[in-house]
Amino acid sequence: MRYAETGFNLEIDLTRGSIERVESDPRLTELHLGGLGTNAKILWDRVPADVEPFSPDNLLIFATGLLCGTPAPGANRTIISTYSPQTLFMGYSMMGGFLAPELKYAGYDKVIFRGKSPNLVYLWINNDKVEIRDASHLRGKGAVETAELIRQELKEPKAQVAAIGLAGENRVYMASIEQGRSSASRLGLGAVMGDKGLKAIAVRGTKDVNVAKPAEFMQLCNEVLQYIKVRAPNLIPEVMPILAGLGSPQEMAHVDEKWHTENFMWGNARTRRKEFWTKEIEEKWKDALETVRTRLISCYNCPMKCGAIISAPGVSTYMMKCFTKLTYTMAAFVDDLDFGFKIAQRATEYGVDGFSMPQAMAFGFELKEAGILTEADFAGCPSDNEGKFYWLLDRIVRREGIGDVLANGTYWAAKQIGKGAEAYAHNVIKKHEQLPLKLGMLNPIYFLMYSTGEKMNITQIEGNFPQAPFSTMELREAFVKDWVQAPNDKFKKYVLDWEFRGERSMPFYPPVEACCEIVDWQEKMHHIDDALGLCAGLSSFPLKPPYHIHNLPTLISAATGIDMDEDGLTQIFNRNRTLVRAINVRRGLRRADEKPPEDHWKKRFPELEAQLLDGYYKFKGWNHEGIPTKESLHELGLDYVAEDFLQRGILTDNEGTPSKETSAETKKK
Amino acid sequence: MGEKKKKIVKTIKVDLDKCNGCRACEVACSAFHAAPKYSSNNPARSRIRVIHEPLRDVYVPVYAGEYAKAECMGRDKYVIDGKEYDECSFCRASCPSRDLFKEPDSALPLKCDMCEDDPPQEKPLCVQWCLNDALTYEEREEEVEEEVKQEDVERGLDSMIDKYGLDKVMDTVTRMALSKKG
Repeated sequence: MRYAETGFNLEIDLTRGSIERVESDPRLTELHLGGLGTNAKILWDRVPADVEPFSPDNLLIFATGLLCGTPAPGANRTIISTYSPQTLFMGYSMMGGFLAPELKYAGYDKVIFRGKSPNLVYLWINNDKVEIRDASHLRGKGAVETAELIRQELKEPKAQVAAIGLAGENRVYMASIEQGRSSASRLGLGAVMGDKGLKAIAVRGTKDVNVAKPAEFMQLCNEVLQYIKVRAPNLIPEVMPILAGLGSPQEMAHVDEKWHTENFMWGNARTRRKEFWTKEIEEKWKDALETVRTRLISCYNCPMKCGAIISAPGVSTYMMKCFTKLTYTMAAFVDDLDFGFKIAQRATEYGVDGFSMPQAMAFGFELKEAGILTEADFAGCPSDNEGKFYWLLDRIVRREGIGDVLANGTYWAAKQIGKGAEAYAHNVIKKHEQLPLKLGMLNPIYFLMYSTGEKMNITQIEGNFPQAPFSTMELREAFVKDWVQAPNDKFKKYVLDWEFRGERSMPFYPPVEACCEIVDWQEKMHHIDDALGLCAGLSSFPLKPPYHIHNLPTLISAATGIDMDEDGLTQIFNRNRTLVRAINVRRGLRRADEKPPEDHWKKRFPELEAQLLDGYYKFKGWNHEGIPTKESLHELGLDYVAEDFLQRGILTDNEGTPSKETSAETKKK
Repeated sequence: MGEKKKKIVKTIKVDLDKCNGCRACEVACSAFHAAPKYSSNNPARSRIRVIHEPLRDVYVPVYAGEYAKAECMGRDKYVIDGKEYDECSFCRASCPSRDLFKEPDSALPLKCDMCEDDPPQEKPLCVQWCLNDALTYEEREEEVEEEVKQEDVERGLDSMIDKYGLDKVMDTVTRMALSKKG
């Protein structure tokens, strides 16, 4: 018997319309756990390096994490992987909600799509009965609307549905995959789904998920719940309210947006409004939030309430979580939060990324003001801030006129527009729009995370280490006192020694080596979550979470029966992390791509930055170009990657000297 | 007079406003009732189900009650504070009208047993796993008089006499009494 996992994947060929149930190799679970880890392995093995995202040969993988469907609280993530049309690299985006556990209960760990359907279809998985069904009547329907229509049509109110909206159908590069209260938004996975002619996937499962050591496993789950009970209401001082507790940022619960509205940039990630958060705004925004918010809601088997049901007057009800509440409002320079809730409703039905879409729109309007785009491009566009954003959203999602260009995201749109437009696509890393955050002093930890992260999204890399020093020694001591999550006492020392000013302040403190350890640890926790399907909100994202490096090995053992300790788990992380890098290196990723936006910090330190990157590459066992070395690949059991690199000339036998200096930046689309 | 007996009444209080729809109760219930205990879980086997329709803000955790052989002749629809709940939303029966509270493989009915166990659980598992306190457990002791009231028997017999006549009822009672003795 397989424990925690089902041991079966569904292989769907959309070109031929074939469906196969294939047993997976249990050894892969021991090597990669599941979720992102095994997705990376499948992409490496089965999708050649030169396959375009919109090729029938590209795979679109819906994966459950290894612990999804077990009673582990918060193990509910669906990890979707493919090649991103935006970055051209491996795109992996995740969502919580209810889909992954349902898929496990139906008897599958992953659904792997290949090919392209000639007509719009959806997949219906009902335990052992799996069918590809016509979706032509759902063309153009909203993502939330589609899920409801499918449930009605199947007469199965308990089916879980993930769907794309119009944006995905039209292959808009920032199209998301929506699933009720959750969405896999980043990196344009919805566009790949649309390209494959797949409107939705609906799942119903009523089978058992087994665990290897039942009593021990349940005991560990109970400990996690008991810890949440104590930690969640005990907020960490000096940390902004939305991040002081547990869960993903508590945007739906909290009214206080002083930090975001005054520290994040408005418009096209340019303008800081330092005095924005007045008493009057606070009251207005409080009222706006409380008026539309019907209920705070959770994902499967999680006590945190990071999402909300939103019923704004005049638009249909939808669900929201996290930061989308602010992104449209701030990009459009609208001081009324009500606008944010209303436009987000339309955006959710269209199925678009709440970060990239507002930024692409603000970028478009900035180009118009600069005279690079013309009045003719915006013929018919209203002049008020709200109206013009609705107008452009509709154009982009339908790929009409200028919308067709902006639908490719700021990086590719700038290239296409030319005339100096590239300078306006200033907030991208690896061609992907970033948080609209512009700061003063270089933060060396964040420099590394921004540069080397392959999720292309800082919130999916940062987490367990404080974002800034605590102001007093008392606070620092209080913080480290019960910091059981820290890998070892060195990390406590970094927190105790870290100052706002003086010798032990940024950018030179923490020192390079410490920064490497801190970044590696935070990334490790995210990678483990993404393989297990645990929500980062209970693990890698908040400070002092219930899951950590010291209790996860036992949990994995109890669930799967696999012997696991911290070293073993670290080795798996290194293997999975390196494999993701290898996939991207094979597609052209090099050192030159690994840089935050020029204007991310005012005060930059080129020498230190080079040292940081050098130090981190070395720490990871990568060469000067960020390519994993033959030796480090061998240690991780990834000799097949080394062989491939040698064959392609990415590595040479003469270690450390890469033969090709190409960068994905310079590669033609 | 009948005998006074002490009885423990176990109650799970369900606060619909506090339910966040996470279904942890279903997970914990099905894991607890797996054999061996906790060896598997499967919400379809759970004896509590959260009937939820997020877009209509309907969140109703319901416990499995008695098995009912037949559907009801009519269906209830509740409107509470302007919010309409689906038919049977609050019903606890395992019945032919819906697929709730039946073992998914055998279709045998499921019924909440309050996690009575040896050693006893402090609270049913679903309550333990509901950190948002949508489910809370209450126990109270009641003294009940166990007695058969004379007037209840008389009322029943009265209606029989109305229908069949005194003679017929007396005949029948006598015959039944004789055959039971025999």
